[in-house]
Amino acid sequence: MMGRVAEASALSGDSRGAEMPARGRALFWSLWRQKSALAGAVLLLTVLAAAVSAPLIAPMDPNEQSLPYSMKPPLWSSEGRVYLLGTDHLGRDLLSRIIYGSRISLVVGFFSVVFSGGIGLAVGLLAGYYGGKTDYLLMRLVDFVLAFPFILLALALIAILGPSLFLIVAVISLRLWTIYARVVRAEVLSMREREFMQAARAIGGGDLRIIVRHLLPNVLAPVVVIASLYLGRMIVIEAGLSFLGLGVPPPTPTWGGILSEGRSLLYVAWWIVTFPGLVIMLTVLGANLLGDWLRNVLDPRVRSI
Amino acid sequence: MKRRMSGYVFHRLLETVVLLNLVLVFVFLLLHLTGDPVAVMMPQDATQEDIERLRRQMGFDKPFSAQFAEFYGRAVKGDFGQSWEHGEPALKVVLERFPASLELAVTAFLISILMGIPLGAVAAYKENTLYDRSCMVGTVMGQSVPDFWLGLMLIMLLSVWAGLLPSFGREGWRHLIMPAFVASTYHTARLARLMRSQMLEVLRQDYIQTARSKGLAEGIILFRHALKNSAIPIVTVLGIDLGVMLGGTVIIETVFAWPGVGRLAIESIHKRDFPVVQVTVFLLAAIFVVINFAVDILYAYLDPRIEHA
Repeated sequence: MMGRVAEASALSGDSRGAEMPARGRALFWSLWRQKSALAGAVLLLTVLAAAVSAPLIAPMDPNEQSLPYSMKPPLWSSEGRVYLLGTDHLGRDLLSRIIYGSRISLVVGFFSVVFSGGIGLAVGLLAGYYGGKTDYLLMRLVDFVLAFPFILLALALIAILGPSLFLIVAVISLRLWTIYARVVRAEVLSMREREFMQAARAIGGGDLRIIVRHLLPNVLAPVVVIASLYLGRMIVIEAGLSFLGLGVPPPTPTWGGILSEGRSLLYVAWWIVTFPGLVIMLTVLGANLLGDWLRNVLDPRVRSI
Repeated sequence: MKRRMSGYVFHRLLETVVLLNLVLVFVFLLLHLTGDPVAVMMPQDATQEDIERLRRQMGFDKPFSAQFAEFYGRAVKGDFGQSWEHGEPALKVVLERFPASLELAVTAFLISILMGIPLGAVAAYKENTLYDRSCMVGTVMGQSVPDFWLGLMLIMLLSVWAGLLPSFGREGWRHLIMPAFVASTYHTARLARLMRSQMLEVLRQDYIQTARSKGLAEGIILFRHALKNSAIPIVTVLGIDLGVMLGGTVIIETVFAWPGVGRLAIESIHKRDFPVVQVTVFLLAAIFVVINFAVDILYAYLDPRIEHA
């Protein structure tokens, strides 16, 4: 039984297992050659490192207030302490707040990718594989979700249910799974009549087995591409929610939260709004550059997103 | 052919109507998500008496199905209840703010088309030149910058420091420049990239080679053949973009104190004026659904190869 499945997948050029290390090495060299993608990877890894080691590298406690030191400009120092990026209206060290703020952004980004990717993958596989009524209903569900003005609905839901980290991830995922679902479904539809599928069906593979063993590995590439291309969007959305006062509540430092506090001080303290925004942009840029490269390498077909 | 087309239109119309009704149901459920709509609507310091009075006044003491029937019956006639912040019908309050949002979204939409399409088309035509490369760098940046932060930066540079443009409000076209530009950035960048890749594909096609070998002028080849054929797939994206922009300028309206639907919705959310929130969500969803319907039909006419299954 197993032998015949292996044979069937070998026939369709679907022998993945043995090629994996070679493919990984090829990917690495491709990344090394493409300087923009390398820059993206470096940017993202820097932010990741900052988030993980925040207590070690942050020069100060991000929530420690000292009113006499409020709104001091960048490079200001006092009593042997240097405030590299200046302080906010409560005299908190801006650099430390930005470093700690990366945690919320990355956690929201990561879990939104995992949740929305998981749901989208499942829906896309089911719709594409079963077709017919299942497909029709699931795709109308996608239309339904997409119909809503996303930011507005997210804000309303968070206002009604009360802001929390989980709800923010849930609300973002609630929307973004639709993108995975559509792409995965289209991929599955294009594979349904390929030889390896017919072979798998001919030898009597069950639905679940075919979906998991044959379809899933073949749709992972577009899923990875979408995940990387949308990671940045999710980080921007989280920052936007925090900016509007409906993100993870203070005193937890978030990039959007710092921006919102700095907004009213735009006229007197330019640094408070400038630096967190720059960091958001560089993080998103990193994710986008990496995503573009992944798309070109893994799946040039996913172009419209 | 004609009958199949009208069948398709009818089918899509039916789907659109069903979708709109589902949106209405969801907008009703929104208030009941926590189980007690009164608790959602009342301020923290409300007394028990206030709560009970509101519960009776709003009919929240009635059975759930009766509440839904009443909401639905009124909503299809355009009555979403009173805004308690403004003391007027919620629909009226939202519609009054609608022209401002429409103005912002349409201007941003036009900017993104007028900039994105030529930028992308020329980049494709000059593939791998310095122009193409800088264009691509620019579009990646445009897609990465958070629009509301870009807005704050522009306010700081152009309003506070240079004193060139007003930073908030809506009194004439000078107020429109910054918010419209900011609202268009992401879409301009995306459109430019999409146009570039479409155009690259078209320029490689045989008929372009044929046109070249016939000795047709480059200008004619570009405009008549390449641009036109690259444009068809873009139409769908454009239609959806307009819908997205209408609902997506929420944060930008807040940054520039633009008196549109988005800012109204945020204010209403903070003040717990939920009839207004419900109307806004429904209205923007309805517009999106209708635009989508129109785009699908338009697309079917433009590209007859699409199967109307």
